[in-house]
Amino acid sequence: MTLDEFLARAAELERDGLARIADAHDAAALDDARITLLGRKQGALTALMSALPTLPPEARRDAGAASNRVKGALEQALDARLAALRAAAAPSWRPLDPTMPARATWRGALHPVTLVIDEIAAIFRELGFTIALGPEAETEWYNFGALNFPPDHPAMELHDTLYLGDDTLLRTHTSPVQVRALQAIAPPVRILAPGTVYRRDFFDATHAPAFAQVEGMAVDEGISFADLKATLSEFARRFYGRTRRVRFGPSYFPFVEPGAQMDVEVDLGDGKGLRWVEILGCGLMHPRVLEAAGLDSERYTGWAFGMGPARIAMSRHGINDIRLLYDSDVRVLAQFAP
Amino acid sequence: MIVSHHWLKAFVPHALSAEQVGELLSRHCVTLDGLRATRADLAPFVVGLVVERAPHPDSDRLSITKVDDGSGTLLDVVCGAPNVTAGVKYPFIRVGSTMPDGLRIERRKIRGLVSNGMLCSATELRLGFESDGILVLATDAAPGTPLLDVLEAGDVQLDLDVLPNRPDLLCALGVAREVSALTGVPLQMPDELPLPALPPTVRGEREASADGVTIRIEPDGGCRRFVGIVIRGVRIGEAPAWLRTRLESVGSRSISNVVDATNYGALGLARPTHAFDLATLRGATLVVRGARAGERLVTLDGVERALVEGGITVCDAERPVAIAGVFGGAETEVGEHTVDILLEAADWEPRAVRRTRRALGLSTDASYRFERGVDEAFTPEGAARVAGLITALAGGTITAVIEVGRAPAPRADVVLRPARLARLLGQEVARAEIVHRLQSIGCGVRDGEGEALVVTPPSWRHDLGLEVDLVEEVARLRGFDILPDALAPQRPSRAPDDPLVVIGRRVRDACVSAGLLETKAMPFTSHGDATTPRVRNPLAEDEPYLRARILDTLAGRAEYNLARMQGDVRLFEIGHVFGASTGRLPQEALHAGALLLGARRPAHFTEPEPPPFDAWDAKALAASMARAAWPGEAVTFDPVDEGDVLWRVRVGEGDAARDVGHVSHVPLDRPVWAAEAFGVELVLGRVSSDDVAPHGAHAHGVAARDEARRHLQLQVPLTMPAAEFDLALLVPAGVTAAAIEALLRRDGGELLEAVRIFDEYRGDGLPAGTRSLAWRLRFRHPERTLRDKELEGRRAKLVAALTTELGVTLRA
Repeated sequence: MTLDEFLARAAELERDGLARIADAHDAAALDDARITLLGRKQGALTALMSALPTLPPEARRDAGAASNRVKGALEQALDARLAALRAAAAPSWRPLDPTMPARATWRGALHPVTLVIDEIAAIFRELGFTIALGPEAETEWYNFGALNFPPDHPAMELHDTLYLGDDTLLRTHTSPVQVRALQAIAPPVRILAPGTVYRRDFFDATHAPAFAQVEGMAVDEGISFADLKATLSEFARRFYGRTRRVRFGPSYFPFVEPGAQMDVEVDLGDGKGLRWVEILGCGLMHPRVLEAAGLDSERYTGWAFGMGPARIAMSRHGINDIRLLYDSDVRVLAQFAP
Repeated sequence: MIVSHHWLKAFVPHALSAEQVGELLSRHCVTLDGLRATRADLAPFVVGLVVERAPHPDSDRLSITKVDDGSGTLLDVVCGAPNVTAGVKYPFIRVGSTMPDGLRIERRKIRGLVSNGMLCSATELRLGFESDGILVLATDAAPGTPLLDVLEAGDVQLDLDVLPNRPDLLCALGVAREVSALTGVPLQMPDELPLPALPPTVRGEREASADGVTIRIEPDGGCRRFVGIVIRGVRIGEAPAWLRTRLESVGSRSISNVVDATNYGALGLARPTHAFDLATLRGATLVVRGARAGERLVTLDGVERALVEGGITVCDAERPVAIAGVFGGAETEVGEHTVDILLEAADWEPRAVRRTRRALGLSTDASYRFERGVDEAFTPEGAARVAGLITALAGGTITAVIEVGRAPAPRADVVLRPARLARLLGQEVARAEIVHRLQSIGCGVRDGEGEALVVTPPSWRHDLGLEVDLVEEVARLRGFDILPDALAPQRPSRAPDDPLVVIGRRVRDACVSAGLLETKAMPFTSHGDATTPRVRNPLAEDEPYLRARILDTLAGRAEYNLARMQGDVRLFEIGHVFGASTGRLPQEALHAGALLLGARRPAHFTEPEPPPFDAWDAKALAASMARAAWPGEAVTFDPVDEGDVLWRVRVGEGDAARDVGHVSHVPLDRPVWAAEAFGVELVLGRVSSDDVAPHGAHAHGVAARDEARRHLQLQVPLTMPAAEFDLALLVPAGVTAAAIEALLRRDGGELLEAVRIFDEYRGDGLPAGTRSLAWRLRFRHPERTLRDKELEGRRAKLVAALTTELGVTLRA
């Protein structure tokens, strides 16, 4: 074989090889092409190279250079084609119609009353309170006696009670937690006790026989009505907004003296604008309550309050039937997902 | 409690409007629930000016007038009153409005002429007096001015939320005392309530007689004192208009002059009395005693009632004639032929009245006041004033005053330390102001030891017995709003968060992140047995039990949603549940419950029908809830075959492992299109209802704090390549995946990094009763690359062990 013949075959191999590579429309075809062209045993380039020894020695250098050039060109073409095929084969990450809806997951939600309790608790936490709980089935002593309810007195009628036994009942308020906390640990104690309470009220638009209440209590030496006003006013301003007006008026609960209620000027969102709304009942702890818990009422003083988070949730979310809060319709609950 | 603005003014002649009085009371004394004008029915009336008047062409009596009602158009009005005169103003009502008697004013023809409205008389306005013809208004007000602006008509009712501590406010006199204290206007007994001249009182401890009348108190009569006043020669008739107005102003109905006088006592003075027709009292005797079984009485409302043992009654010589402190009897009531009266004013024991009233299920104005406590020191005067009112209205002579029993003991003094008051209120109050405030509500105040004041509360204030009660009086009379409200430094609380609260919050967050919705529901249920805690007086007889599991509640809520065509229900609740009591109270625990029902994911166009939740989802949810509750502890599942329960959830390792709940199928009453429901129930902890310490004692305890921590030792990821092999195993019936996994882990060697099942197959091609489980085992050496050959021995050893120990073979 002459050098010219060799160079002609090399050029032919390059031309055919590039065409074949360009024709390869998938990875397998391209792989076939690579083996056919550049395969070590039976490839076309190997066949061409096998002719090198038949050339005159002075021609071998040029022939070798030519075959190397062809090999480089084919390898480059194979790599480029492979990259192109891969790029074409990869699925596009861009949606064809980006207006289609997202893939959703179920979103969990806390109950609206829990959300209100959490918000209340967060503020009282900032003010140095921690969270306590107590049993819902209680003795008459913890629910009434220790809280200075006179036995067989009309004050008991403020609480329509669900009884379990002669002197056991479902707690009518969270105030028994006060007594338990007072008895358990020496002051200073500041606690917030959210929980379920029970009244013998028929389940209708405005009453539920079981509902949430939040109790708060602070007891230490030297606590005064001014502390009560300061803490609860601060709570109201953090809860309802800095500019809200707060006022305190007289009220009566057997376990506080003086007893009071706190009103806040709020907009209930019913189009009637700002108005005074009673938010909570409060007062200085009655000395008999401190004494029932074995504390010296001359040394220790305290204050307590109670409020209804369900009412707040209702006015906040425009709910006019309390049953919507407790029926657990998923279409209602899901609206409270974050 | 309704109080009349006018009636109040009779006791304290202040110059405030009803709104101002209501606001004053609300800020300092008692919450005002609302104000209501009694003559709201006069709102449509306006001042009408008769501009022209001419006789009606077809009638001698009628006039035709042109009336200016302020509308800008003169109206033709036909009027029948003889006194209608041009240039004079009268009450006028327009067409389309309604008269106080309910008559709607229409445009109509009177003897051929159209009349557009009506000029009215005092009678038609129901003003309580009569006018000669239509009512002449002597006013400068322009035509069209609302009549109520120019005419003093009607009253305003103040609706006060009187709480049980202040029975003294259950009458006009009591509220007037507060208004007097707050305004400084002195209190007076109105002229309408004269104190009559009385014969000397005949007294007895148990019994006394005078003027042929005997009164006796038996020891079981529940009566501290009984005042009887004999009035002879009365004439029963209608009550005068002023008295009728008084009673109607607080929503009470006029009956007769004598009965209305007693009602004045009850509603005006909180001094209930009862007038007996003396002629109907057998033996002219009243005996106060306990009621006996079998006794019956027809009460004033005409209902025959059985008296209840333990209740109290007033009897004549032979039979019950009244239910003491509650209701009078029909046979002895004052009627039109009554001539002689025995007026009863008694001090009943509040609890005896309460017992009687509850047994009868009958609450009256009298029982309401007796139960809460009347001013017993005022009883003789109150009775005398009612008697005076009776003789003023019905004539007759007071012939005897009989008083049996004892006058109340004088009120105990209360020592008030101004320094203590300042400590409690957070503000010094001048001694002179304290004295003045307490005196303004009727307290006697004198100097005591040192700085202390000795205070004698007034007889009508049963709620003032302790120093702190007086502190409240000073505070509320001054107003809570003037007390300081700056935040003061405080010592930190000794109480950490209750551990159960902390655990509950972690579980709650786990449930929310799993896509569940929190519920709160009524924790009553219809399922229970003899040991299940139950409510004695349940609201619904079919749901008397307290729930033992949250899932009981959630199942009900799921069915509620299914009934509303909601098939995707994922609910959880963290709440209290109750078990059989071991002592006085039910065992109580905080549980977390969760229920899964319906699609595992929301449908999407890429997955139009997502698979429904199954037991494996519930198992995973239970695991994440348990890990949240008890971080750092091992969570394992024991398969069980107990009804609907699938797994018991256990927490902790070895002997410390404990049962914390279960995963179960939740049977529901469900429509065919609904999926199966699965649930998780975890016991987060016991809620102690034991007494913290004996009553009146302190436990001096240390509060528990949540100590659960997950301080894991970090495993640094290894960088050397892993080697894997798969085992396709033929597993005979009865061999569990857990047993296979335990063996693989035991014999896998220390290089075994992970074991997982990647496929399960049952069916064709397998021997009956067997299944195929495919496992993938991953090994890794910390320092070098593992060669596949190195694992061959390990693989063979594992297969041999599986075969000999479990009968598990490689699948051919």
